[in-house]
Amino acid sequence: MGEFRMPSLGADMESGTLLEWRVKPGDRVKRRDIIAVVDTDKAAIEVEVYEDGVVEELLVKPGEKVPVGTVMAIIRSDADQPREAETKAVGAEQATTEAAPPRAQKKEPPAPPPESPAERVKASPYARRLAAEHGIDLKTLVPSGPHESICAADVKQAVEAAKAAGPEEPPPVAAPPRAEEAPAAAAPAPEEVSGWKDPEAMRRAIAKAMARSKREIPHYYLQTRVDMRRTLGWLESENRRRSIKDRLLPVVPLLKAVAMSLQEVPELNGYWIDDRHQPQEAINIGIAISLRQGGLIAPAILDADLLGVDELMAALRDLITRTRDGRLKSAEMTAATITVTNLGDLGVESVFGVIYPPQVALVGIGKTMEQPWAENGLLGVRPVMTASLSGDHRATDGLQGARFLDTLNRRLQEPSKL
Amino acid sequence: MNEEKIEQTIFNILKRIAPESEPSRLSADDNIRRALDIDSFDALNFFIQLHEELGVEIPESDYGRLNTLAEMRRYLADRLD
Amino acid sequence: MSPSSPETMRRLTYRDAVREALAEAMRKDERVFLMGEDVGRYGGCFAASKRLLEEFGPERIRDTPLSESGFVGAGIGAALGGMRPIVEIMTVNFSLLAADQIMNTAATYLHMSGGQFNVPLVIRMATGGGRQLAAQHSHCLDGWYAHIPGIRVVSPATHEDARGMLWTALQDPDPVLIFEHSGLYNLEGELAADAGPVDIDRAKLCRPGRDISIISYSASLIKALEAAEILSAEGIEAEVIDLRSLRPLDEATFLSSVSRTHRALIVDEGWRSGSISAEISARIMEGVFFDLDAPVERLCSAEVPMPYAKHMEAAALPQVDNIVELIRIMVKTHG
Repeated sequence: MGEFRMPSLGADMESGTLLEWRVKPGDRVKRRDIIAVVDTDKAAIEVEVYEDGVVEELLVKPGEKVPVGTVMAIIRSDADQPREAETKAVGAEQATTEAAPPRAQKKEPPAPPPESPAERVKASPYARRLAAEHGIDLKTLVPSGPHESICAADVKQAVEAAKAAGPEEPPPVAAPPRAEEAPAAAAPAPEEVSGWKDPEAMRRAIAKAMARSKREIPHYYLQTRVDMRRTLGWLESENRRRSIKDRLLPVVPLLKAVAMSLQEVPELNGYWIDDRHQPQEAINIGIAISLRQGGLIAPAILDADLLGVDELMAALRDLITRTRDGRLKSAEMTAATITVTNLGDLGVESVFGVIYPPQVALVGIGKTMEQPWAENGLLGVRPVMTASLSGDHRATDGLQGARFLDTLNRRLQEPSKL
Repeated sequence: MNEEKIEQTIFNILKRIAPESEPSRLSADDNIRRALDIDSFDALNFFIQLHEELGVEIPESDYGRLNTLAEMRRYLADRLD
Repeated sequence: MSPSSPETMRRLTYRDAVREALAEAMRKDERVFLMGEDVGRYGGCFAASKRLLEEFGPERIRDTPLSESGFVGAGIGAALGGMRPIVEIMTVNFSLLAADQIMNTAATYLHMSGGQFNVPLVIRMATGGGRQLAAQHSHCLDGWYAHIPGIRVVSPATHEDARGMLWTALQDPDPVLIFEHSGLYNLEGELAADAGPVDIDRAKLCRPGRDISIISYSASLIKALEAAEILSAEGIEAEVIDLRSLRPLDEATFLSSVSRTHRALIVDEGWRSGSISAEISARIMEGVFFDLDAPVERLCSAEVPMPYAKHMEAAALPQVDNIVELIRIMVKTHG
């Protein structure tokens, strides 16, 4: 049994508004299915579920705004109680008709009243939990607890009765026990689901996160100039043999080099939470993407280190497209372990970025431009890019930051290994 | 294909990429990327769509020669005859 | 505590346990001295310091004038000066005369001095009703003091704690208030011959049970244990927890108990409104709400000045019968 809760879709998120359920009670869901669309101050986000199971009950209605952590739905997991769970829909009735007569007072359970969302059964928190775990409908139980409440013993008895009734006739698992409720979950107009919140709300959200960052994170900044001749040469020859659709953007080898460098300097990849540095194994690179209507969002390319350059390009294209359409998944909004911001397009030479909490580092990419470059006693002209690193000094020291930039530079000198 | 038609195609694509913009107001020598806030990702999409609609394969090395409407009209007209 | 075999156990009163603790502290540390009203020649209003004057002399067993504010203040000064004073206040009601010293001085001095001066003071006082001492000598205000940051509030309900908490309290660098229930002094109980210091941090599970957690302290604990015995004969197994320390509260112990039994009753001799029982109930709700199978219940003293008449005083205090009746309702099951 699982509780599907309002996720935290960013360090600054305190509450969210449910826009839409993509499932209804009785639906079978798999891990990573999108089951809801949630509106934060920043965006409408598609939210995934993290376990396999059957939707038991939707507790929040579209349009409701609830704090992060609020239980929004009960997902009956496949892992526990597969048998009892299956008898759920008819379990209670069968118990009274054919099972060994349970106990006297259970003989005439009140007919389940017609569903009405306003109606609430008086049951103890523990009884509710047990009922959800075992797939028992509280409305079919006779209360015997204090204050005429349904208590755990009532639920346990129903579980026993359901077991006794046996699984001979399991109802189809997908039978939605509450089909009447479906209209309530009707999707709002598409414009409301996709697309970003008004710029003011997004500005406030950015303000909150950035103010927190500068308030809490002692930033240190490093920068290094990178000779991009080899990487650009490699990119040019790669793109020459590709059709226009498959061409790589210059940022792709940069992202790849960042991901590889993080493997060597893993301290920069992770979080600072609860006064503790918590490096992460997965390298999920958040990409700062500006939106045409203003504002900024930094969704992540998940497991960037495991992707080849073509896969990275595809992932980037997909991510940018969906970001601009306002169709991000919750994991993409929350899973970034580091952020890369690329202001080179705008002609900026170097970036000293503000870290997105709780991450501990941010990589800034400046414009690649022709510069005089001295090497081996000779002066030449090279395409030069300034890479910078903003580090959280609580989590790492300049040493790690310097090692990272140095590694990044070396990676970009060996583009064929990217 | 005449230059007018080429220009209309360019406007349509730009409109899709930057919906809030008014490409027809561009003057012939405006730097399009700067005027419409086109980043490298948008630029790549622009060339992909140009390829899809007009069938012109533009090598990457030519991107630098295609900054303004006038440059594009000329470049595309040369290749579409 | 290590398990003790019968031959190493002895019977004594709670008062004797307190007196042993005082004598031991005086012998072990010459900085320790006792002062308060009638603690010397008279041997203490509850006779906890009887005959200590003979052994330790008037320098270390000091009778004071009837001025709680004055002698608690003197105790704070002595503590600041490097001594380890034990100040006895006759009852918690009288401690209100010294409330300013306790709260505004003892509890805040470390803070106000920027961490320079701590106050290693121990204040013992009698608390609680049940002995027909009426409305000015019988209240249980222990929970009030538990409200104050900067002090510890401990509540020995057992002989072991009466014997062992004092020394540990004296080792604490900050003020510790020890509340001895006046109804416990005459209670006889068993104590290991080698009983010594005990911790003053943790609550204690006194009796395991599966059906309900009774959370209590001080004399109410004894009643809770009695009630648990009666209920056990009816098939209801109550778990009984002695809080021991009211500040800080060891919530981990009672939360883990409630998460197992799914029901909680708090028995608190204090008044209900704004009480330590309210605090515990709130913490249960915050900590283990989803484990609760019944609303948390409280048994507290009637919200009246303590009556003098015996039957009325008994009616005003939580009693064993009340505990038993309430739990029967709370644990009501099928059948």
